[in-house]
Amino acid sequence: MLKLPIYLDNNATTPCDPRVVEAMLPYFSETFGNASSRNHSFGWAAEAAVDLAREQVAALIGADPKEIIFTSGATEADNLALKGVFEMYADKGNHIITTEIEHKAVLDTCKHLEKLGAEITYLKVNNEGLPDLKELEAAITSKTILVSVMYANNEIGVINPIKEISAIAKKHGVLMMSDISQAAGKVPVDVNREGIDLAAFSSHKLYGPKGVGALYVRRKSPRVKVTAQMDGGGHERGMRSGTLNVPGIVAFGKACELCQQEMEAEGKRLTALRDKLENALLQLEQTFVNGSKTNRLPHATNISFRYVEGEALMMGFNKNLALSSGSACTSASPEPSYVLKGLGLGDDLAHSSIRFGLGRFTTEEEIDYAIQTVTETVNKLREISPLWEMFKEGADMNTIEWSRL
Amino acid sequence: MAYAERVLDYYDNPRNVGTLDKTSARVGTGLIHVPEYIEVVRIQIEVSPARHVIMDARFKTFGCGAAIAATSITTEWLKGKTIEEAARLDHMDIVEVLSLPPAKIHCTILIEDAVKTAINDYRHKNGMEPLQEEEEEEEEAERDYELEEEHN
Repeated sequence: MLKLPIYLDNNATTPCDPRVVEAMLPYFSETFGNASSRNHSFGWAAEAAVDLAREQVAALIGADPKEIIFTSGATEADNLALKGVFEMYADKGNHIITTEIEHKAVLDTCKHLEKLGAEITYLKVNNEGLPDLKELEAAITSKTILVSVMYANNEIGVINPIKEISAIAKKHGVLMMSDISQAAGKVPVDVNREGIDLAAFSSHKLYGPKGVGALYVRRKSPRVKVTAQMDGGGHERGMRSGTLNVPGIVAFGKACELCQQEMEAEGKRLTALRDKLENALLQLEQTFVNGSKTNRLPHATNISFRYVEGEALMMGFNKNLALSSGSACTSASPEPSYVLKGLGLGDDLAHSSIRFGLGRFTTEEEIDYAIQTVTETVNKLREISPLWEMFKEGADMNTIEWSRL
Repeated sequence: MAYAERVLDYYDNPRNVGTLDKTSARVGTGLIHVPEYIEVVRIQIEVSPARHVIMDARFKTFGCGAAIAATSITTEWLKGKTIEEAARLDHMDIVEVLSLPPAKIHCTILIEDAVKTAINDYRHKNGMEPLQEEEEEEEEAERDYELEEEHN
């Protein structure tokens, strides 16, 4: 039986896997100790649980457990990495290179650092969503301390050539950071193979609970240091003070372990479902996939349905389908998604976009339902759209005579 | 964003979707868009020449759900009005009748423009003077003020 509403917004967040919830529950009331309490069994038990979780989290990205700093989520990890590197490497320079389609946790932190004297280069991306590596290399100066490029984009799911980017950074002695929130647990990420020095990610994007995440900080070749952004008891090797969220960390560890075990099969299953959805929707006229179709996450697609507006589309099915749109028709001059604009989409197509994010609990039956519902709603709204009528009459959109008052 | 029931009703079952013959002397057309074509409203009225009463009104809208619902309910209101009565449409009436949030006021401004443009198109075709401009300038000033308010 199909259960409504259907959740297809797994890039925003994922439900907790029941196995994850089961793993974390004892750490609320039974094994509730403070992992920093060194003098009694309550503390030791909590510490042992955190140690195991640290191994599980590290294993997912090919890291050493000592290189994992637990945080409240990817946003905090991004902040710690950028601000911490900026402060720690102030003697070396003040220049950071990133792209203009990063997550706000990176972009807004960079904006903040600009106020503190940082020079930031925001690389443009091409219509596939990828930065030009020659441009990246040309942007490096003697003052450059960090290159920060996300592993996979949250709106279009496009995967960056991280290995190539880190090779350029390494060649010039610059640290490489990546927000791996969307990719970790979905595709194989290996910090050594891919030359990542700092990586931020979050539990709730990979079927764990909200409120816990991690920053990977490389310890060997090179040994990377970040200045703590929170003062206190010196937890997490002094880089992130604050009593550890033991149940959250245990859950994060379990979630990483499950992702690692199931990644290969799950990737294949989701690719097949995503392709089915995408191919069916592309049957509609004037429908386009945004971003590269070759290098992207298995569970994500972002599609523009020309001549219908994204928010109106979602209103048509949001009782039964949970999705996200690049439209933002909420003010006098609504700004559509800056990611889609960065790809070079016009405002009209950016406003006509829908992001589909499949997940571990998405079934084929749900995809069939989504195909039917989205198709019907697009067709219905096109019947109401004056632009669609003009298009069908063969009007040249650039020479239409618009009324003047 | 949670809309009033009425918005959902007019979105789900839009009344008066359609196209009238824009070349007919009895039909006035108003086709208005905002920059970048992210919102386009077309309102057409069919007027009985004797007393200038609006016999039929049709619309098509490209925009958010609220814009679609608001254009639809406006076409219902237009039917049976004389063009003089219709010209007195105030976009805030649409905002009120649909309990639209402040962020959606700009949709209704576009609709008011489309209605007045449609009336002027009909007036022009039938040798009548356009709606008084003075009033419009005042309204435009008011609109600009409101848009600024929204920005702030």
